[in-house]
Order: sequence, then C-alpha cells, then structure tokens
Amino acid sequence: MILLETMAAGAISYAWLMIAVPAVSAALLLLLGKAADAWGHWLGVLAALASFAVAVACFGQLLASAESAREVTVPLFTWITTPTWHIDAALLIDPLSILFALLITGVGSVIHIYSVGYMAHDERKRRFFAFLNLFVAAMLILVLSDNYLVLFVGWEGVGLASYLLIGFWQHKPSAAAAAKKAFVMNRVGDLGMTMSVFTMLALIGSSSFADVNAAAAKLPWGWVTAIGFFLLLGACGKSAQVPLQAWLLDAMEGPTPVSALIHAATMVTAGVYLVVRSHAIYAETEAAALAVCVVGAVTLLVGAWIGCSKDDIKKVLAGSTMSQIGYMMLAAGIGPAGWAFAIFHLLTHGFFKANMFLGAGSVMHAMGDDVNMRNFGALRKAIPITFWTFAMGYLAIIGFPGFAGYFSKDHIIEAAFEHGPAFGIIAILGAGVTAFYMTRLMLMTYFGEARWEKDIHPHESPLTMTVPLMILAAFSVIAGFLMNGWISGWLNPGLGVAEHEAEWLPTPVGLVTLVVIAAGVFLGWQLFGKKPVPKEVPDTSNPLVIAGRNDVFGDAVNSALAVKPTMLLADTTVANDTWIIDRGVDGLATGFLELSRVGRKVQTGQVRSYALFMAVGVFLVGVLVIVGQLG
Amino acid sequence: MNIADPTFEWFALSPVLAVLAAACLGVLAEAFLPQKPRYYAQLALAEIGLLGGFALLVWNWSAAAVSASGAPQAVTGAKLAMGALVFDPPSYLFWGALLVFGALAVAVFGERAMTGATAFAASVSAIPGSQAEADAIAAKREHTEVFPLALFSLTGMMVFGSAGDLLTMFVALEVMSLPLYLLSGMGRRRRLFSQEAALKYFLLGSFASAFFLFGMALLYGYSGSFDFAVIDTSLATSEMNRGILLAGLGLMAVGLLFKMGVVPFQSWVPDVYAGAPTPVTGFMAICTKLAAAAGLARVFFVALGGERWSWQPVFAVLAIATMAVGVILALSQTDLKRLLAYSAISHAGFLLTAVVGAYQFVPEGQLNSLGAIFYYLVAYGFATIPAFAIITTLRDTSGGEATDLAKWSGLGKSNPLLAGIFSLLLLSFAGIPLTAGFIGKWAVFAAAWQGGFWWLAITGIGFSLVAAYVYIKVIVAMFFGEPAEGVQLGQASMLTWLPISLGAIGTLWLGLFPAQLMDLIAQAQVFVK
Repeated sequence: MILLETMAAGAISYAWLMIAVPAVSAALLLLLGKAADAWGHWLGVLAALASFAVAVACFGQLLASAESAREVTVPLFTWITTPTWHIDAALLIDPLSILFALLITGVGSVIHIYSVGYMAHDERKRRFFAFLNLFVAAMLILVLSDNYLVLFVGWEGVGLASYLLIGFWQHKPSAAAAAKKAFVMNRVGDLGMTMSVFTMLALIGSSSFADVNAAAAKLPWGWVTAIGFFLLLGACGKSAQVPLQAWLLDAMEGPTPVSALIHAATMVTAGVYLVVRSHAIYAETEAAALAVCVVGAVTLLVGAWIGCSKDDIKKVLAGSTMSQIGYMMLAAGIGPAGWAFAIFHLLTHGFFKANMFLGAGSVMHAMGDDVNMRNFGALRKAIPITFWTFAMGYLAIIGFPGFAGYFSKDHIIEAAFEHGPAFGIIAILGAGVTAFYMTRLMLMTYFGEARWEKDIHPHESPLTMTVPLMILAAFSVIAGFLMNGWISGWLNPGLGVAEHEAEWLPTPVGLVTLVVIAAGVFLGWQLFGKKPVPKEVPDTSNPLVIAGRNDVFGDAVNSALAVKPTMLLADTTVANDTWIIDRGVDGLATGFLELSRVGRKVQTGQVRSYALFMAVGVFLVGVLVIVGQLG
Repeated sequence: MNIADPTFEWFALSPVLAVLAAACLGVLAEAFLPQKPRYYAQLALAEIGLLGGFALLVWNWSAAAVSASGAPQAVTGAKLAMGALVFDPPSYLFWGALLVFGALAVAVFGERAMTGATAFAASVSAIPGSQAEADAIAAKREHTEVFPLALFSLTGMMVFGSAGDLLTMFVALEVMSLPLYLLSGMGRRRRLFSQEAALKYFLLGSFASAFFLFGMALLYGYSGSFDFAVIDTSLATSEMNRGILLAGLGLMAVGLLFKMGVVPFQSWVPDVYAGAPTPVTGFMAICTKLAAAAGLARVFFVALGGERWSWQPVFAVLAIATMAVGVILALSQTDLKRLLAYSAISHAGFLLTAVVGAYQFVPEGQLNSLGAIFYYLVAYGFATIPAFAIITTLRDTSGGEATDLAKWSGLGKSNPLLAGIFSLLLLSFAGIPLTAGFIGKWAVFAAAWQGGFWWLAITGIGFSLVAAYVYIKVIVAMFFGEPAEGVQLGQASMLTWLPISLGAIGTLWLGLFPAQLMDLIAQAQVFVK
C-alpha cells in the first residue's frame, strides 16, 4: 500500500476522518467486547457526531470555494497495481457527494441518539451501535469514493451492515430469514454492479468516475447501454426497485432506527446516487435511461399500492419508501432536467421518512412493540410529541404546500410531464395514492377510537427519542423551502444539470397535483375517518386489495421465477452428487482398495519370485524398446 | 607405450576425498580405539567428514563463481581425474544434497538415548537368539562400523552421480551398494527379518548389477568407449548394428531403474525398507535415490540423449506402472515402514515423469528436467529422513519400534507436536500446497508437460490424488483415532530431534519460499558433456 500525498487543503484534506472515525469505533466496539458494554453506545454516538462535524467542515469549505473549485479529489493510497490496471483509492468531495455525506452523518447522528433511548434495554446494545457505525463508515465510502471499484467496497459494506442489522434480533426466525432474503436479493443486484465494473475495466481500463465519464461518449452504443443496464440492476437491488423490491418489506424485521437510517433515509437511496453519478453513461444511451424511468414509474405505483393495503405501520412506511424512491429513480432517468430534483427529493425524503420511521418506533414503544395499526387509534392525546412531529412528516410526504415534500415532488412531477405525459400521469396518480394511504395511516393510528389491546398504557417516549423527532420534524417542514432555490445551482458544476428557474408558485400541473392530493386525503377520510376502523382485517374480494396485502405477489413471482428453478437445479445437483458422483467416487475408491488387496499378493516375500518378476521385467523392457522402434 | 602420469585435481575432488578419508579413519578407529569412546569418535568423525566435505564443496563453488579478475562468472565445471569424474554444476547440487542429507541421516544412526543402544545389532556375527547374542547385549557391545559403512556408501553415491564414464560408474555402483547390503542386515531387533532383507537386497542387487554390466559391455561394443561424451558422438557415427545399442540401452536402464525402485524392479523395496534398521531405511530412501537419479539422468541425458526417442516411451510406460503400483499397493498397507516403502516407489514414478520429459533447454531462470528432479528429491529428503526418524520414536512394551499403523492411533492427542510434524511431512509426501512436496510435484509434472508428455503429467496428477488418501489416512488415525494401548514415546535425544526439526523447517520453508532454491538450481542444472 503506497500512501499518496494529498493536494487538498483545509478541512477537506481530513475528509478521510469521516470514514475512519466510525470505522475505528465499530472495530473498537466489536473487539473490546463486554468491557465496552457500559459506555459503548455513547462512543458510537460520538463517532457519528465527529463524522458529521468533519462533513460540515468540508461542506463549509466547499461553500466558500469558487464554483469551479468545488470538485476536490483527495488521494489516499494505491490500492491495486497490475500491468493492466492501476487503481487508487481516493475520495471525491464535490457538491453531490458532500450533500450525501451531510445526510448520512447528520440524520445518522440523530438516529444514533434516538437509538440510545430506543435500544436502552437491549442486552446487545453495544453490538448494535458497532453495526450502525460500520454502516455509516461503509455508506460514506460508497458516496465519497471517486471510483466505481472503491464504491463497490462501500456498496458491499452497507449490504453487510444491512444484513447484520435486519437480523439483529436473530432469535426471531422471521428476522433471520428477512436478513437472508435481503442479502440474497442484493446479490442479484451486486452481480449487475460487478458486471458493470468488469465491463469498464475491460473496455476503458479504469473504473474512476473521471475516466468513465470521459470515455462514455466514445464507447460503442451496445456497450454503454450494457453498462447502463448493469448499473440499473445494481441500483434496483440496493434501492428495492421492481423487480428486486421484495426484500424491503421483510427488512422491517430490523429494529426501527435501522429501518429509518438504512431502509429509508440512506442506503436504499444508493441506487439513485449511482444513477445520478453515472449520468454520463445514461446521457449516451436512451434505452437504459428509459429503463430507469420505467423502473421508477412502476415502483412508484407498486410501492404506493402496497402502502394502501398494509396494516403494519412499518410496512406501510416501507411501501411508501419504495414508492418515493421510485419518484427519485424516475427523476434520475429523465436526464439533466431531473437529476437535481432526484437528489432534492432524496434529501427531503431522507428527513421526513426518517422522521416518520422514528415516530413509528416511538408509537411502537408506547404500544408494547405492536405494529398493527388496527390495535392503535386515538393516540394523538397519549403521545402528543410523537403525533405532532409525525404530522409534520405526513404533511411533507403528501406534498402539502410549503412543506419539504411539496417542493421536491412537485418538481419531479413537472419534469415527468415534460419528459412524457404517461410518466406525468403516473407521477400525479402516485401523489394521490400517497395522500390516501398516509391519511389512512394517520387516521388509524392517531384518530378514531382507541382499539388498544389489554394492559397497554401508551406513554410518551424519553427525550433521547423525542428530541431527534423534533429535529427531523423541523427539517421536514423547512428543508424544501431552504433548498428549493439553491440546489440546482449547487449541483450544477458536478452534474452539468440544466439550471432551473426556482418555481415558488403552483403551475397548472402543480394545481392539478394539489387537487389529486386533496382527493386522496378526502377518500382516506371517507373510508377511515368517518366510520370506525374494524379491529379484525375485513374480508375482501377486491383483487387490488388482495394483491396489495400480498406485496403485489412479489414473493410469488420470485418463487416461480428464481427460487423454484434454483431449488430444482439444487435438487438435481444433490441427486447427481449423491447418486452419480458419490457412487462413482466410492466405487473408484473401493475399486482401488480391492486392486490393492489383490495386488499385494504379488509381494510374496520369496526372493525367487522377485527375481522372476525382474526377469519378466527385463523382457518387458526389451519388448517396449522394440515396440518403440516399430512405431 | 607411453603412459601419462595420472593427474588429480585435489581441491576439486576434496569433498569426495573428505568423506572417503573420514571413512578410512573410521576403519582405523574401529580397530584401535577402546569400546567406550569408539562410538563418540565414530559419530564425530562421520559428521566432521560430511560437514567438512560440504564446507569444501561450498568453498569450491565460491572459488569457481569468481573469475581471475574478481568478477562473478558462471560455474562451468571440469572433468576430474582424467575424465573419470565430471565436476559440473549438477555435481555440486547432488553432492551438496548427499552431504547434507547424509549428515542428517547419520545423526539418526547415532541415536541411543531411547533404549540405551543404537538401532544396530550388538553382535552381527552372533546367531539370533543364541547365548553369544545375549552376552554381547549384556556387554553393551555395539557395531560402530555403521558410520564408516555409511560414509563408504556415500562416497560411492557421490562418484556414481558424477561419473564421466561407465567403468567409474560401475565401480561406484558397487561401492555404494555393498555397504548398504551390510547396513540393512544389522537390525538390533527382529534380526532374522533384517538379515533376510539384507540377503534379498544383495541377491537382487547383484542380479541387477549383472544387467547393468552387460548393458555396459554392449554400449562399449557399439561405441568403442566407456566415456559418456564419446558414446554421445558415436550415436551419429557408429556403423555397428543398432540392435546392440538398443539392447545395451535397455539393460543399462534395468540396472539404474533397479536402484531407483522403479516397477518392475521394485520388489526389493518393501521388504528391504521394512527389514532394515529404520535409520538405515531413511538413509537409503533419500541418498540412494539421489545417486540413482543423478546417474540415470547423466547416462540418459548425456550419453544417450541423442537416442531419447528410443527410451522416452519405455520410461513413460514404466513411470505409469511405478506410480500405479506404488500408490495402489500403499492403500492396503498396515505397517508404517512398508507404507512409506510403497510411497518411495510411487515417488520414484513421479520422478521418472521428469526424466521422461527430458526437458533440457529452458528459458533463463526456469527449471529443466534435471532441476525439477533435484528439487523433488530435496523436498523428498527433507520429508523422508524426519519421517523415518519419527518412526523410531514410538515404542511398544518390549522397547521395539511400533510400526503398526494401529499403534499410531490417537498420537495427536498425547503428543500434538510430534503428530503435527509428522502430518506436515505426510502432507509434503502427498504434495499438498504450502509444503515442499507440492512445489516438487509441480516441477516434475511441469518438466514432463514441457517435454511433450502432457498425458503423463495428467496421469501423475491423478495418481497423486489417489496417493493423498494413503497419507491422510495416517493423519486421520493420529488425530481422530482412539489412543492406542501399549505404546509410548521414547525419550529421543537431539540426534533424532535435530533432523526432525530441520526436516520440518525445510519442508515448510521450501513450500512457502521456493524461489531461492529454484534460482540456485536454475544456475546449475545443465550437464557438461
């Protein structure tokens, strides 16, 4: 490993600390064992905060720099040197990556603090914080690297952390199974990632963003399209987009802070980051860009559909996450007009979705870890802080004017209409459905009659949990307003995005959107606000509801397309192994042993027979020599 | 008639002469020293002779590697003693290996801490079971002649591998063989078994020598000379009947392959390896093979290299037969010494694949056939001497060696260090990566492949797979079997432990860092004609 001299100055030259601090903290927490049980969680929180501080310092330095100097590469060390390839590990601090770093470390820190309260009574709390730190470090490698291959290290690292945290309550078979499911389905996406890196290394000889971007225009169309599809496959796996969406709902088996941090705010948006980061590739291939849009649009609807029919509060939010990432994907696929909005929505979503997930955690905390909304109701008085913060998230996600989601989602819908009316209609429809299912969630949880189970006495969560809720709620309100006029310009140098006039007043499309949202809210109130919510799941013959309750049959599709054929192949292989290979090898072994038993009889111990054997041998050598001459 | 005065290059000959001198002094010591200090004197004399010889060899090399002007130069080699000996780079290699492995093996000869006496009979002349034998044991008599005998044998081996003509080679063959016959018959325990082995070895060895001699005569008839270089040129020029050449070639091969233990001339190996005192078996296993391989390569690469189309197919068939017999018959062996004897046969087969390849002209820095053979033998030597030394350490209730495989069961639990080292050596025999044996096997198969015999290399790999079962069976017994009753480890001295530990280190070192030895071999693997 050759350390490389850094040319960056100021805070950015210490950017590596962002990754190193949580990584070292994770290692310490795991290695120290029980010795760190008492204070380990505070070390985890401190590591996240330190990382956030570095991110803020780097951000400050970028803000102060001239627009042309906002793309800084920080070389770290030479990672791989072969005659063909030379790969340096380096960090790329630019407007795009620093926003991610702020989101990851900022929301990450808040969630770390929340977890101190949420996991207070868990015996394996120290390990939980170690994994959280590991996640932060890996996620930062993912977004800060300047190279697809190094990015892949972080990509796999977050996959590992996700696996460890989904299955954190490993005593629950459902959690263990969910962790495995997430891991295996992500491997499918990872295959796409590796294939894309292989293709880049083979065709371009480098996997750094700079080289790939420069070479993208010169690649044959077929190959650049292939890279685009490979990257999309990777993005689908990590971001739970159709057709690799099924793992995200099960991933809710993990502790709620994990759902908030990894499976809502940060990791699952890595696919969007990847697509935006690879904009040079998608600019060269309409087919792959269209595929991104289609995946986004389909997922947008499927996620919303699932959100409508679940009674599990976390699964509603998970469906909603899929749906919102679908919006981002759609925007990312649109092209330069959508990139900045994809990131904008990603950031606002990071705030309000983390807010609502943590709020759901607080509700569960109050309700004895119950997640079934049919057992909730009338909680707004019992847990007022949770209710009010959650309400901010609700208004943000449905796109209530002035709240964070309003700005970001509205831009995406506008851009989608400009790109193609079909995408625009789907986006508007999605907004209406979002309003419907979120209203349903709010009404079932906080309003109506109390349908609580026996011996449940809801109580507000401790300050370690409610303060993070308040912080995130504040951002759910103001983040959109703060960034609306700024983000396109900020991302401009890195992405070359088209500069937009920041729109403040609703356009005609925006007005239609508002009407559709209002209709969604109204419908939700009609169905779940006006009449009491039954405690039992009502029977239904509505195929849409049945499909939604079954995750739009994602598991069935996977089972038919992937699991069953794989199991058939596995069974055949086992049968082949047992009946043909094992039998063959055993038979061969038996044969050799039998040959050995017979053969050793030649060794009589009689020297005369040995001499005879030799004489025959001499004769044999003679024959061989003569035969050799004939040939 | 004008007879030139014989000339001798004393300095170049000094490694051989040191061993010979030590042997001769040993005979004198045997005759004149009193019984008690005799053992110490003989042991010291033997080790000084061998290590001194090695020092002289290194001195020779470093002197030859520097030109008159002081600049480094390639060691070319020279003919010594009027062409009787060829002191070329391969001679350095084989002499060095013979001296080092000789020194290690002879150290095991001297072990007497475990039972109070060496592994050799108190009085060879006394009839087994007689009163005379009992008296000799009671008087703590010992045959310290074993040391000079081993040295004489080593002298023969060194000359055998470096002979410049057939006559020298034949004399060397007898000089190396006769002491081995004697040593094989000198076992302290199971004396009849040991004597039977010696007699078989002697009878069959003489039989083989006769073929060798006959082949020699025919080659002389064909070429008009014993000298390898002259035979080489005569292949193109001689007007004699080719039948004479082919018959001579075949019969020479019989004599040489017998010493290697190649099928169908292997019958003596299991009986002699099992009957001979175990330290002698270890000595024979590596040193005889070194000498025989060097001699075989020299005769067939230098003198008969031009005729290799005639002998390569023959050797290829015999190599397959040897690997097959060695490996397959080892599967059903229950006695550890016999098992290693069959293992030795299979190793002769693996070695022969590199001879068949006759791969000579290689890119700079790579191993040719001879280099591969040498690497293989060094790896084998570092494994086989300690393996047989380890066999001497496990004793049954009567104090004799427990060679039955069942007695080794569970040794891993009672003595994990010894069992661990033994396992390492067995893995090296099997050619498992990270051991020297793996690199050796890779080298010989590569040589066969490069020489055009890819199918032979693949067959060899197949047989090494089967062979792995043999060795792993022993490891499994040691580590997963129930501890055997009625055996205990003898308290061996440094004379046993030093070869064991050096062998284990060598096995590991050459497996992990093969480059150093390979570089050395690559400089010194071409015969001088």
